[in-house]
Amino acid sequence: MTAAPGTARPRSAREVYRDLLPELMRADHRLFCLDSDTGLFEAAAFAEVPGRYLNLGIAEHNLMGTAAGLAASGNVPFVTTMATFAATRALEAIKIDIAYNALPVRIVATHGGLAAGHLGPTHHALEDLAVMRALPGFTVVVPGDAGQAGEAVRQCAALPGPAYVRLGRSATPDLDGAAPGAGPFEIGRAQWLRRGGDVAIVACGPHPVLAAVRAADRLAERGVRASVLNLHTLRPLDVAAVVAAAEGTAGVVTVEEHWRSGGLGGAVAETLAEHAPARVARVGMPDTFAERAGGQEYLLDRYGITTGAVVAAALNLTGGTHGGGTHDPDLSRV
Amino acid sequence: MGAAAPADPPEADLPTVAHRVREHIVRMCAGPEGGHLGGSMSLVEILTLLYFEVMRVDPRRPAALDRDIFILSKGHGAMCLYAVLAERGFFPVAELAEYSRPGSRLMGHPVRAVPGVEMPTGSLGHGLALANGFAVADRGRRCFAVLGDGELQEGAVWEAAMASAALGLGNLTAVVDRNRLQITGPTEDAIGLEPLADRWRSFGWTVREVDGHDFGALREALAPNGTGAGPPVAVIARTVKGRGLPSLEAETRSHYARLSGRQAERSLAVLQARRRRAGS
Repeated sequence: MTAAPGTARPRSAREVYRDLLPELMRADHRLFCLDSDTGLFEAAAFAEVPGRYLNLGIAEHNLMGTAAGLAASGNVPFVTTMATFAATRALEAIKIDIAYNALPVRIVATHGGLAAGHLGPTHHALEDLAVMRALPGFTVVVPGDAGQAGEAVRQCAALPGPAYVRLGRSATPDLDGAAPGAGPFEIGRAQWLRRGGDVAIVACGPHPVLAAVRAADRLAERGVRASVLNLHTLRPLDVAAVVAAAEGTAGVVTVEEHWRSGGLGGAVAETLAEHAPARVARVGMPDTFAERAGGQEYLLDRYGITTGAVVAAALNLTGGTHGGGTHDPDLSRV
Repeated sequence: MGAAAPADPPEADLPTVAHRVREHIVRMCAGPEGGHLGGSMSLVEILTLLYFEVMRVDPRRPAALDRDIFILSKGHGAMCLYAVLAERGFFPVAELAEYSRPGSRLMGHPVRAVPGVEMPTGSLGHGLALANGFAVADRGRRCFAVLGDGELQEGAVWEAAMASAALGLGNLTAVVDRNRLQITGPTEDAIGLEPLADRWRSFGWTVREVDGHDFGALREALAPNGTGAGPPVAVIARTVKGRGLPSLEAETRSHYARLSGRQAERSLAVLQARRRRAGS
């Protein structure tokens, strides 16, 4: 059991973003905030940057197109909507109007993964990472906690091309508590949270990264030394770090709040297949939509995105015994 | 940096330019892939007037900061746009012969690699939102989006139309190329659009309805709306698909045509005869 991480000052990434963006806009006249009736922002927060906060209503295609027109005119729009509406409803506008033109639009998507909880599958975003990392030139970032979210927003303001930043909904623990000394957050560079040579665990997003760290600690109690990589940037991917983490180990366990297809697990498997073939076990949402209500934590547990599942997958790779606590009967076939 | 004033358009006889544009379109349709003939022909007067009289553009500096913005939302009208841009001097007219040929930058829908093209378009329903973004970014310039009438069946058009009015984009003009045909036949037999003017009005737009082949009427309709901060303007331009080639005018089959060398020569002869008759 690790020290209870982050209990001191839990913050939600959304709140950090909400507070940070007006500040960034005051410092850089090119920045716009394009809202889609999310309720996250108050217009009064933008009083000092008149005309640069636009609430375009419940119309995500129009949101992305307008952002593209603004960006093509030399501006840097921050677009806010829920991840599921960005990555699916507005995808064509993102692909054609933004990615094709390589425009510096920043899509800050809230409610990533299962964060919408009981609101159900229409509001879960379990495909967004696969979709967004397929688009040429997009930077795709999944901050591990609220502090990293702020850093991601700050750093992506300066990128020349488009970016997708996936945030959750509620407060999550600060990673510092679980992984002190992990070093600064830097877009494009994975963070080493643990170093160990028997097995590698690669994760992104607040809950998966915490599960990875806790799993490493639990594995250590059983004499298995695990590396843990916070692979918060899916594109451009830190190939060197993934290869280094995998080399010499029994294999790599990936952990993500996403369907197993095409997201972090897919990215890691592709990378290793090309550069350093290794066995890969993917912990993520099985091939199904959530069929029961429940909060994010309940759904993560129900669908096996858990510390226990990571431990089980790691032990499976290292030839140890299963100690998993997943409800997912499919896990053994991952 | 401050951009110098765009160059004045060349002394142009608009009907003559329009005639040449139609000839270019016919020749492009005789290329290896054919082309969207009908919906390119219906646009000729609209685009000719915009590029030779209405818009501030500078072919030597397509990215000049003080330019006006044009988005061809109905991207399948690319041949007309390419021909007008070439005639206006954005790239050599001779390059039009490369249309659709392997390695050419002149693809079947507009691409940004072509000088003067602001945005790639072709998937329908994108252009008005893009124009909104350009119009918000600089209210001192005029922005134009040309939409097909069938394209109005895309829901994203109306997302954008609501926003244009809500944002008070008086510097924005949407032109609907109302040729009344889509691939499968009359728009009114598919998902009908009438009463079209009332629909735009109900979304908060000022509506002007004109003959889209009449330069004089178009000139009035495309005039600024006065304040520049008022409602956006929708111009419903009544046009004829395939305009200029009697055998294809108002015919559904004009939507896409691949012309043989002989058909192209015959079509050019028809265009020239029409031009002589109309010519004073």
